[in-house]
Amino acid sequence: MPKITYIAHDGTERTIEARNGMSVMEVAVNNSIPGIDADCGGACACATCHVYVDEAFLSKAGEQQEMEKSMLDFAENVRPNSRLSCQIKVTDALDGLRVTTPESQH
Amino acid sequence: MTLGGIRNIVVAGAGQAAAQALQSLRSGGYDGALTVVGDEAALPYQRPPLSKSYLKGEFEEDRLYFKPGAWYEDQKIEVVLGTTVTGIDRAQREVQLEHGGHLPYDVLILATGSRPRQLTLPGADLAGVFDLRSLADVERLGPQMVAGRKMVIIGAGYIGLEAAAVARHMGLEVTVLEMAPRVLARVTSPVLSAFYEAEHRRHGVTILTGVQTARLTGADGQVTSVVLSDGTELPADIVLSGIGILPNEELAKAAGIACSNGILVDRDGRTSDPQVFAAGDCASRPLVHYGRSGRLESVHNAIEQSKLVAAAILGLPRPAEDCPWFWSDQYDLKLQIAGLSQGYDTHVVRGDPAARKFAVFYLKNGTLIAVDAVNSPPEFLASKKLIMSGAKLAPDVLIDTSTPMKDIAAQAAA
Repeated sequence: MPKITYIAHDGTERTIEARNGMSVMEVAVNNSIPGIDADCGGACACATCHVYVDEAFLSKAGEQQEMEKSMLDFAENVRPNSRLSCQIKVTDALDGLRVTTPESQH
Repeated sequence: MTLGGIRNIVVAGAGQAAAQALQSLRSGGYDGALTVVGDEAALPYQRPPLSKSYLKGEFEEDRLYFKPGAWYEDQKIEVVLGTTVTGIDRAQREVQLEHGGHLPYDVLILATGSRPRQLTLPGADLAGVFDLRSLADVERLGPQMVAGRKMVIIGAGYIGLEAAAVARHMGLEVTVLEMAPRVLARVTSPVLSAFYEAEHRRHGVTILTGVQTARLTGADGQVTSVVLSDGTELPADIVLSGIGILPNEELAKAAGIACSNGILVDRDGRTSDPQVFAAGDCASRPLVHYGRSGRLESVHNAIEQSKLVAAAILGLPRPAEDCPWFWSDQYDLKLQIAGLSQGYDTHVVRGDPAARKFAVFYLKNGTLIAVDAVNSPPEFLASKKLIMSGAKLAPDVLIDTSTPMKDIAAQAAA
């Protein structure tokens, strides 16, 4: 099972064994990772699961769809490595992935 | 944490609002006894996918659950499933449970949700007639949704139309019946109704508006057709009823708690009994931005109200009340709704419905009060903020697609 490390805004790290096929958001929510609200449950409707993806994994995390791109455009503190974690599917290629949660989702 | 002696909280109901209340109470520092009582057999789960990806079979059941079973153990939450709360003894501060037994509380949170309005037509009890609200409903309905079968959907609200989209995707023949002159009549403007009607027709759905269903007929206990008041008979293998939901307020009412189309609560979610709170579909709350009270049937409302309730119980500052928002997925169309459009005096369309990417803005006295955004996240997200800021916006500015929404929002904020 691929391991994902979630880094909180204050630097606290937690590494989780993730299940393939789930989203990076779902793994976080199931494991009570703070800083990811995911109000809509993964429908790409709310932009409250914003994370920063470790540069080394950006291409492995997959292409952004149009919907995600335009949602992110309105998130706070967007960076070039910003993604909505509900749109990143866990695969073996993401083993070792590190994502950082922003200070706020609103 | 003992807050004014609060050592024992019971949550009646186990849906979205209940799940949020449990999380917010624990993350807010409450470490006393916490019990959730749900009438369904399942742990708290998300309902939105039931009429969308889950019904389509594209979403595994274990992904519906807000939290895995182990979370409740870790958090020391007592979970009582398959059990209805049958009464509240406010003097004794305890709730009575179906199958006997009772639970004492210091604070009670009513998150009892809502239930589908039932068809009262002759034949409504035939096999093959379904509601779509719970996991159990999908377990019954799902296996019946086989390509080529005829499905008649009564009610063209969001549930009916989302189910129609899924059924077409699965190859069923679908007819949608609506009493009002247009689809989504209760919730949106004629512009959006016309757009969704055209989309469903393009996907092969037969939509009949302004029609009255008279009865359902069957053979050997199984539904075979729907008969309209003008005598038209529509063959049906499956009938899905989607004619709205009713708040589960009877428990509160019977206990003498004030209700009026929902359990009446203040901004903190407190009912007429200060030891009893309510949140979610069952509650009628102050809609502060809109200067009235009302019941909202949405995920965001359930989450927000439960956060307000938890903060009030824990004596924490009241969280901000955000712009109400909703969404609906049909075919490849994502509808995102911000605000409440009731009472608008002007509406303008930004973008081109023919391009399947547009937004309808609703204004009242020059102020933006709501938006319906189809495949248009910028219009939705910008409007959430614009609505709450009470910005005055000129219609010609809103419809000018050469100015990005971000710039419109920035100018309005300036």
